[in-house]
Amino acid sequence: MTDQPIQKSGGGKPPLLELEHVSKHFGGVMALNDVDFTLLPGEIHGLVGENGAGKSTTMKIIAGVHTDYDGTMKIRGQSVRLRSARDALANSIGMVHQELSIVPELTVAENVFLGNQPLTSLGTVDWGRMNREAKTLIASLGLNIDPTTTMGSLPVGLQQLVELSRVLFSGAQIIILDEPTSALSPPEVRQLFEVLRRLRAEGRSMVFISHFLDDVLEISDRVTVFRNGEKVITEDTKNLTKDDVISYMIGRGSKGMHMGENAELKADDSKPIVLSVEGVSDGRSLRDFSIDLRGGEITGVYGFMGSGQIELARALFGKLPLRRGSLKLDGKPVKFRSTAAARAAGIAFVPENRRMMLFRQEPVYKNVSISILDRIHRLLVKPAEEKRITETHIKDLQIRPPRTAIPLGSLSGGNQQKVALAKWLTHLPKVLILSEPTRGMDVGAKEDVIRIVKTLRDKGVAVLVLSTEPETILTLADRVTVIRKGAVAKRFSKGHIEKADLLAAA
Amino acid sequence: MSEAEVTTERGFDLKRFLADQLRNIAPVFTLVALVVFFSIASSSFLTLDNTLNIIRQSSITGIIAVGLTFVILTAEIDLSVAAIANAVGITVAYFTIQPDYVNIANMPVQGWIAIILAVAAAFAFGLVTAGGITIIGIPSFIMTLAMMQIANGVSAMLVRGQIAYQYPDLITTLGSGTAFKIPLGIDAAGKAAFIPIGWTIIVCLIFLIVGHLVLTYTRYGRYIYMVGGNREAAEYSGVNVKFIVGSVMVICAVCSGVAGMLGVAYFGSAQQNQFDTFLLDAIAAVVVGGTSLFGGRGGIGNTIIGLLVLGVVNNGLDHIQIDSFLKILIRGLILLAALIINVYAQVLKEKQADLD
Repeated sequence: MTDQPIQKSGGGKPPLLELEHVSKHFGGVMALNDVDFTLLPGEIHGLVGENGAGKSTTMKIIAGVHTDYDGTMKIRGQSVRLRSARDALANSIGMVHQELSIVPELTVAENVFLGNQPLTSLGTVDWGRMNREAKTLIASLGLNIDPTTTMGSLPVGLQQLVELSRVLFSGAQIIILDEPTSALSPPEVRQLFEVLRRLRAEGRSMVFISHFLDDVLEISDRVTVFRNGEKVITEDTKNLTKDDVISYMIGRGSKGMHMGENAELKADDSKPIVLSVEGVSDGRSLRDFSIDLRGGEITGVYGFMGSGQIELARALFGKLPLRRGSLKLDGKPVKFRSTAAARAAGIAFVPENRRMMLFRQEPVYKNVSISILDRIHRLLVKPAEEKRITETHIKDLQIRPPRTAIPLGSLSGGNQQKVALAKWLTHLPKVLILSEPTRGMDVGAKEDVIRIVKTLRDKGVAVLVLSTEPETILTLADRVTVIRKGAVAKRFSKGHIEKADLLAAA
Repeated sequence: MSEAEVTTERGFDLKRFLADQLRNIAPVFTLVALVVFFSIASSSFLTLDNTLNIIRQSSITGIIAVGLTFVILTAEIDLSVAAIANAVGITVAYFTIQPDYVNIANMPVQGWIAIILAVAAAFAFGLVTAGGITIIGIPSFIMTLAMMQIANGVSAMLVRGQIAYQYPDLITTLGSGTAFKIPLGIDAAGKAAFIPIGWTIIVCLIFLIVGHLVLTYTRYGRYIYMVGGNREAAEYSGVNVKFIVGSVMVICAVCSGVAGMLGVAYFGSAQQNQFDTFLLDAIAAVVVGGTSLFGGRGGIGNTIIGLLVLGVVNNGLDHIQIDSFLKILIRGLILLAALIINVYAQVLKEKQADLD
């Protein structure tokens, strides 16, 4: 780690924004460790790193979201301490979030001026002026949008640019863009880049956070790489290749390979296809996606956040209606109109967010039994039987504390995740869909979950693991499909595979 | 194993217990306090006769409240209960032969057919509500508001401002007949004294018991609690949430319909708008009893306490010297207090869960 801010480029211009020795803890967890960062006037600065590497935390400190941190932040050489996002805006720092904060029902002009509408002398909204000014502002980005169209009718790319214009309208000189290209099609990305270059020519500075390394390398002047809460390097983009960036991100070469950073895939094409997904589209996030899930195999689907994994899982579990494509279960065409139908057909699903599938105020045993009540008795509930079944799962999965009647909310996160798995284990499903099965778990619980999932595979279940964490995929999967913007980007089925391969393909 | 569980139980934690049980303790405490207050304030309140009065007056509301408990447990609401009760009560009269002086162009059929038709009407109301909520996706608050108006419209169309007085014999018996008498010996005047127990009380008890059994001991009842506790989680566990929500709306409509049939017999007449106070009373009984407005907590036991609280307030205020217009305000204030406790209990509970 370099202690001196790297200023080899920028022609000696004084930096617009500096972070010096910034650290941030969340409880006992170190999220940022002694980070230095500089942003020069008129530069686009790429920010890359894996999930949890510290890029979001850094940007939230700059944008005034996190206010309790160690170290100093300077704007134009002046030491500042931002107290809120409003404070950041007053210091001409604006942020465009990945989740757009637009109001789809309002017009473009209303969105641009949201909360700041120009008023007439009577105190009513001055529509004429608002529309005129919105038009000028949008035109300054090189766009031609009618300010009276409703926001929701615009494609995502344009919505994002309108949101950008709102940040510009507020006078931001430093603009933080969080994953701006993840939802965009290639022509939309080109359009965004044109706008960003135009803004750069005006002397504004941008921080471009993205998982899409090609995009980062194309648009940015300098790139900063984060890993495990530390800044690894800041380098001129022209001196970097994609492989270099990936190496810095995952720390290859510095230490030996860790668990989950590489794998030998052992796909076996003789295993029977249980669920065949053919060319499914949901009209938004999934584009002609196909995958075969085989019994006795763990199929991994890797992709960045927002690539379509969440939608894929929901579509397979009958939660999300499909526009096109078909599903075949054991060779027979199926269509799930409800999650109940999917469950009855032998599909099991553990979503990425525990809150989505657990009843925190209910006792552990009711959480486990909810999916099998109809198999215990058609009409009645049998708490004694439910508790007995739960006890066997508690023993098998080593759930702590080993009690069936306490509220689920009093268990730790890792143990809650085990309960979420347990509800599908009494009667083995044909297909088990796991979304982010080990996210946010401590090492011990993680290993338990990995062991459980592999046991299920060995019993013949077709397991689908969806994750944004390459380690999760590489630890578990027998074959891997990389999903990119809702479509298949690459498939791996045999041989040696490394984290870098996944990052490069996504 | 249950013994082992008991021994591993943590020491008694008063805060946790209160957070857990506030919604059950508060209504019982309220009931006791009200009974004590009215007993001191009025000598005619705490008598066997009056106690029976309170129970009789609560029994029609009670039948509606059973269905409403199902609905509120799934975190939905039904504002059409009183209107459906009214419409179904009028329907059963519409299919019964009326005295000559009743000027309604009705269609008399045999008594049992009239009852079946009336129950079918209640079922149909429920199905429409269920469809609107689950298939079209209208929030229950608005959907049942529309159904309230529709049911009122049906009532208006059927009676056209008239009053009907005749119902099938079974309905007349259940609504106004006496099931049995509890003998009390000989009174001072030398006559045999007894307490009559009306059939409405028996029917209400049956509904309460069956409702309780369904909610507590059946798979369906468990699903109702789980859907109310976390609808998303229930769906991701493969529960047919739409069926559960739709079916509780149908159950509620049928309960309301039965209450409506007994109600018209209880009142002795079937006419427009005669059930208007039952909407507030039924909702209040469920909520005052401690069933969570957010779903998943509470049950028939709570509803029984809520019914008694409401019954004691309504009856007790008649026994003390008080401005009759003030009574309405007092009822409102009691309902507000119950709502505050209801929401506060939920907040406490969630805080407790987050601390764990």
